[in-house]
Amino acid sequence: MNSPENLLLKNATVVNPESSQVADVLIQNGKITEVAAHIENSEAHIIDLKGKFIFPGFIDLHVHLREPGQEEKETLATGLAAAVHGGITAVCSMPNTNPITDNEYFIKFLVDKAWEINKAKLYPIGAITKQSKGEEISEIVSMIRAGAMAFSDDGLPLENMLVLRRALQYIQPYNKPIILHCENKHLSLDGSMNEGELSTILGLPGIHRACEEASIAQSIEVAKYFGRIHIAHVSTKGSVEIIRLAKQRGIAVTAETAPHYFALTEKDVNNYNTNAKMNPPLRTEEDRRAIIEGLRDGTLDAIATDHAPHAVDDKNKEFNLAAFGIIGLETSVMVTMQKLVQEEGFPLELIAKICSTNPANILGVHSGHVKAGYVADLTVINKEANWEVKDYQLYSKSKNTPFIGMQGKGKAFMTIVNGKIAWQEKV
Amino acid sequence: MINEKPKSLLGLKDLTRLEIENILQQATLFKEIFNRPIKKVATLSNKVVVSLFYEPSTRTKASFDLALRMLGAGSLGFTPASSSVTKGETLIDTVKNLESMGVDAIIIRHGMGGAPHLVASNTNIPVVNAGDGFNEHPTQALLDMFTMIEEKGYIEGKKVAIIGDIMHSRVARSNIWGLTKCGAKVIVCGPPSLIPVGIESLGVTVTNNVEEAIEDADFINVLRVQLERQKGSFFPSTREYHREYGITAQRLKKAKSDAIIMHPGPMNRGVEISTEVADGPYNVILEQVRNGVAVRMAVLYMLLMRSKEI
Ligand SMILES: [Zn+2]
Ligand SMILES: [Zn+2]
Repeated sequence: MNSPENLLLKNATVVNPESSQVADVLIQNGKITEVAAHIENSEAHIIDLKGKFIFPGFIDLHVHLREPGQEEKETLATGLAAAVHGGITAVCSMPNTNPITDNEYFIKFLVDKAWEINKAKLYPIGAITKQSKGEEISEIVSMIRAGAMAFSDDGLPLENMLVLRRALQYIQPYNKPIILHCENKHLSLDGSMNEGELSTILGLPGIHRACEEASIAQSIEVAKYFGRIHIAHVSTKGSVEIIRLAKQRGIAVTAETAPHYFALTEKDVNNYNTNAKMNPPLRTEEDRRAIIEGLRDGTLDAIATDHAPHAVDDKNKEFNLAAFGIIGLETSVMVTMQKLVQEEGFPLELIAKICSTNPANILGVHSGHVKAGYVADLTVINKEANWEVKDYQLYSKSKNTPFIGMQGKGKAFMTIVNGKIAWQEKV
Repeated sequence: MINEKPKSLLGLKDLTRLEIENILQQATLFKEIFNRPIKKVATLSNKVVVSLFYEPSTRTKASFDLALRMLGAGSLGFTPASSSVTKGETLIDTVKNLESMGVDAIIIRHGMGGAPHLVASNTNIPVVNAGDGFNEHPTQALLDMFTMIEEKGYIEGKKVAIIGDIMHSRVARSNIWGLTKCGAKVIVCGPPSLIPVGIESLGVTVTNNVEEAIEDADFINVLRVQLERQKGSFFPSTREYHREYGITAQRLKKAKSDAIIMHPGPMNRGVEISTEVADGPYNVILEQVRNGVAVRMAVLYMLLMRSKEI
């Protein structure tokens, strides 16, 4: 008799950060119990995945799910469904909700609700400071006890370096990352796109790259003495160089970038396309190249989407007034497969690393490998599937993405969370 | 044909040299009307045009109003303070309402770059950009070019110096697009903090030396310095600005003896231009104002008479 809890995935290529092999994967009670050439098991439900690739579950370290407070843009239910639809098994939700997720009760609300929704896993991020005001640190340990997995004041930079120092010291025994949105607000002022040739041509106020790089450099010099930081949404060549050097100096810094920074450039803003407006902004081809090389050589540890849903009315307005941010959960795997695997020849093992193993390590969760003893969070990819992004196919409540209409190859085929199929391609 | 979007004038960036020259040609015809006893042609007598001014402007608005009047068109003023805009109506809603009331074209001035483009993509009537953020002010550049041709006969090969706050100037951008397309040599000059990144890619030369900029120039277009830029630390004081970048009679000795001085107005005397120069023999600043009406007549006429495409 087939138990729904037990799955036997046959004939796929199993991709781990170290190596890949064609093998069968046995899942029992939510865990991977065996990975081997030929597994027989009469109890398990057998799925033939010949030609497909089984990755350790992709973890998105940076997502805005908007609940509570802006449920018209996204809810936990739609966001977590969008995640598994995109091949993501776990997401970290940013705390810039309304009210701000800065205490144990809000963390518990998110954890419980995500449990009920039962789609992608939720790793909530709590605010570093009360109300994310950047003044006093919030009840970090109570939030950890309630299930918070990381801390950030994302949406805003943490400008007070003394507060950063204190937060890094205070959190030190718990090994949870402090995630920094690095932006020098004095430098960015009221800019709305990358400052460069195109902002000059469009007559739009620019956001200079120095605003990101100066803030990253400053934060790294504090982290050098007081703890571990994770840099959110790296967008410039200069930032990649600063982080590369910091790692060589042995400083505890990790960093993420988003698919739009390695797939698009400021040119996509042309004609005042507000769906290509985000913060940090899309940069130049030179930056895009540097981001790709940063991912290739390990300077950048993870791909995270900065999924930022906005309603039509927030985007269909004057470019300066339009909201920053684009959605990304459902296009991340597709864009990664096309831009990094198809176009740049990234080995699949490296994809496993930057989409799963590294994010798991940054969070300190026991996943990121397809091996016996690991949790059965798996992303199954059809490397040959052709796709075109269409807005009506998105599960997310918002459709604000510049990737609509983009075509490519390679997408999620099945998403398994805790040993259960959370989503699969209709065949 | 019926569903085809009408042409709009959003910027000189989007026009060809021929399209620009056609407008200037039409403006020449309209300017002759100024010399007639009855300064009116009733070509657009069945049309109503609305002016949406989200930024205050006396000069440009009056110039458009006068142009409409001389064409016999009805004009409808619409300023945010006196409308539902202050009640939080979006730009798109405002424009759609006006369109359904039956207006034939929209003239828009807005503080943000790209706002006229947003309007144009949300309506089916022609849109005229009367200045958007730092982006463009196409009718100002057209009237500047019209004036240059009046003064010197042609633009091709002429040297034009644009002096001042290039970064925040839509007048500078539109002039650069139009002049370079028509074959002028354009040199821009101002404090480095007010020169936007990558401006060279528009085909201009950049200098921070004002003497060098005006040397051999046929035209010197002096931009208005917005005093609030001082607060943003773009320059320390109007005094120092005047010393380093102000157009004075002393400096003009470096220019050609018949160099023409232009200014989009309103002037800050003693800042970007000395009173002596402002009132001097080679400025055409008041002529620019007159030409503004003729150029705007041409633009409106060509957009609203479907047969004459810009
Ligand atoms: Zn951020
Ligand atoms: Zn974010």
